[in-house]
Amino acid sequence: MTDRKRDPSLDKTRRRLVQAGAGAAALGALPGTAIVAAHAQGAFDWKRFKGQKLEVLLTKSPRGDLLTKYQKEFEELTGIEVGSEMIPEQQQRQKAVIEFNSGNPSFDVINFSYHVQKRQFAKNNWLNDLRTYIKDPSLAAPDLHFDDFAKGGLNYAMEPDGRVMSLPFNLDPWIIYWNKEIFAAKGVAYPTSFAEIVNAAAKLNDPGKGISGFVGRGLKNANVPVWTSFLLGYGGGFIDANGKLITDTPEAIESAKMYQTLMSKYAPSGVAGFNWNESQTLFLQGKAAMWLDGIGFAQPLEDPTKSRIVGKVGYGVMPPGPKAQVSALFADGIGMSSFSKRKGPAWLYLQWACNTTNQARMLQAAAGAPVRSSAYALAQKSADFKSPKEWVDCMLKSAAIAQPGLPVIAPVTEFRDVFGIALTNMINGADAATELKKATVEFQPVLDKSEKA
Amino acid sequence: MSAATLAAPGAGFLRRRRRGYRLLTLPALVVVAAVIVFPWLFTLYMSAFDWKIGEAAHFVGLANFANLAVDRRFLEAIVHTFYFTLLAVVIPLVAGTLAALVFHRQFRGRGVLRAVFTMPMMATPVAVALVWTMMFHPQQGVLNYLLTSVGLPPSQWVYSPTWVIPSLVMVEAWHWTPLVMLIVLGGLASLPTEPFESARIDGAGEWQLFTYVTLPLIAPFLMMAAVIRTIDAVKAFDTIFVISQGGPGTASETINIYLYLQAFAFYNMGKASAMVVVFFAIIVALALLLLHVRQRLKWTG
Repeated sequence: MTDRKRDPSLDKTRRRLVQAGAGAAALGALPGTAIVAAHAQGAFDWKRFKGQKLEVLLTKSPRGDLLTKYQKEFEELTGIEVGSEMIPEQQQRQKAVIEFNSGNPSFDVINFSYHVQKRQFAKNNWLNDLRTYIKDPSLAAPDLHFDDFAKGGLNYAMEPDGRVMSLPFNLDPWIIYWNKEIFAAKGVAYPTSFAEIVNAAAKLNDPGKGISGFVGRGLKNANVPVWTSFLLGYGGGFIDANGKLITDTPEAIESAKMYQTLMSKYAPSGVAGFNWNESQTLFLQGKAAMWLDGIGFAQPLEDPTKSRIVGKVGYGVMPPGPKAQVSALFADGIGMSSFSKRKGPAWLYLQWACNTTNQARMLQAAAGAPVRSSAYALAQKSADFKSPKEWVDCMLKSAAIAQPGLPVIAPVTEFRDVFGIALTNMINGADAATELKKATVEFQPVLDKSEKA
Repeated sequence: MSAATLAAPGAGFLRRRRRGYRLLTLPALVVVAAVIVFPWLFTLYMSAFDWKIGEAAHFVGLANFANLAVDRRFLEAIVHTFYFTLLAVVIPLVAGTLAALVFHRQFRGRGVLRAVFTMPMMATPVAVALVWTMMFHPQQGVLNYLLTSVGLPPSQWVYSPTWVIPSLVMVEAWHWTPLVMLIVLGGLASLPTEPFESARIDGAGEWQLFTYVTLPLIAPFLMMAAVIRTIDAVKAFDTIFVISQGGPGTASETINIYLYLQAFAFYNMGKASAMVVVFFAIIVALALLLLHVRQRLKWTG
């Protein structure tokens, strides 16, 4: 993570956060110093909202489980009573929309996924800007250092105008899992460019032995990030400054063709219906040379009761494309409702949820990939930390080159659906350019309508 | 009974009593209005709006319906629904009838085998769907293992646009053939023995016995089974959603799946409501058709 410190754009992010954190006067200073100064006054106190109550809405996930499990710790630390509800992702998203819409949601704090809900929440001003809280030295915990948060996560947490709407919590950059044994058997090295990915897939594909050169999601909707991983590397994007889709540009078409080649020539038959779990099954059995997906699968791959390839898995950072080296990123964060009447306690909860200890617990439980780099250092010290070092390195490198893997728009599910169908059709032989044009024409009015509303 | 003749001496009393009776229906009426009529009218009302949850609703009149008429995906979904329904009714009906004929005969272990045969019906649809998903896996699934072990080429099952609907029907048929079997078995048990005896005396063979005696006699039960299966197949959601999610692409997207996406994934409540209205019209038409056929098949009355 040392190279990230020298990243000029991170400095910009940090400065923006500092502006938020300590006002214009502190421009250029680190938020840490402002916080240390504040701490010196002894103003910060975890117990200041003692006796109050707080409602938290979490998503059912290993991360939600952890926050629920250690909730008592927060209650003891602050004297705040927490009522938390944890429901499955799909239902949680529906509940959030309906309750926010009512203007009187039952929760003060909500955990949400940026790639699906960020734009929707921002457009409706459902979340509270955190800058005033970050700025207030009596409210910001001494260990809240924003230079400890990965850039990709902070970008997701902030609006273009500099407002900080949430704290990032978990990152999911996309990486290439590769089977070292299959690569070694054919004397192929881990690809260093997009062209090499295709070449490697071609060389390693061996249907006679039941080995596929490449595997990934073909199922509509789920498959979109596989394509966007290539799209971003080709220098493509989603939407231009005027709100027009740029998903039928030459870059988009080239990247879709790459998806089509990999998925129709070097992937197993039936891949058009694969989601991550089918892909995982195949890769676990040592039947696929490469698998492009989110970073969260190290645990099953290294588990001898599930995997036949323990110790043979390479965790590869997405190789550079013709224009850029980008890892498509998904992330979730945690924010406070702008309707909440208990914003002080809510803010304390946000800070607690994102503290290094909780973030390290995520790593140890293989429940996700933390945003804070200090969590990796902490977790690696622990004896029961099982994820390979290569995975940690891959995570840190990927987080540094990560960009949103989906457009930050409200109708993101519809985007995934429309382009997902186009991609599935391509696997089944449809022309990439025609399909992308069709999808772009179909989706543009949906986008226009959502941004107008 | 005739109230008018009885009412002669104390008409006022009875009229008052009858008013009392009407009052008694009130709770039922309220419940029906609240849980059936109101949601229905509200759906109809919403179908005239362009409304996405979280945004303002605009009145658009019949525009949602006009859009549906040219929405390729919706029209394809209707075709998929009919295709799926047809197969998911006919196959269990034929298989269930055959099974009932077999289990109607006397043989050792009949009771145990009957119980075993009805077991799929008791399983939770989502669990069934998950297990089948694993079995369908083109590389790791047991189905392709079985195919290849007897020398047949492997199939892509639910991962192929052409085979996805027949494969889904296979799951439905496995799950619901026992229900048809039970209904038909009940029918067979209730049949009088005389027609069979006289047909035998007249020299009818097994096949003639089946087509000219058994089949017409159990027709009402088959009809019953067909109605139940049709209702189930038209509203099928869990199996499809869990196994294929309407894919690959949109190859197995039925009205229900598309409706779910529009309402609960895209939050287009206006459009979804319009789809419900169209879907309802289709179901009413289907129900009328079935009633008509059933009327013609009646052998009592």
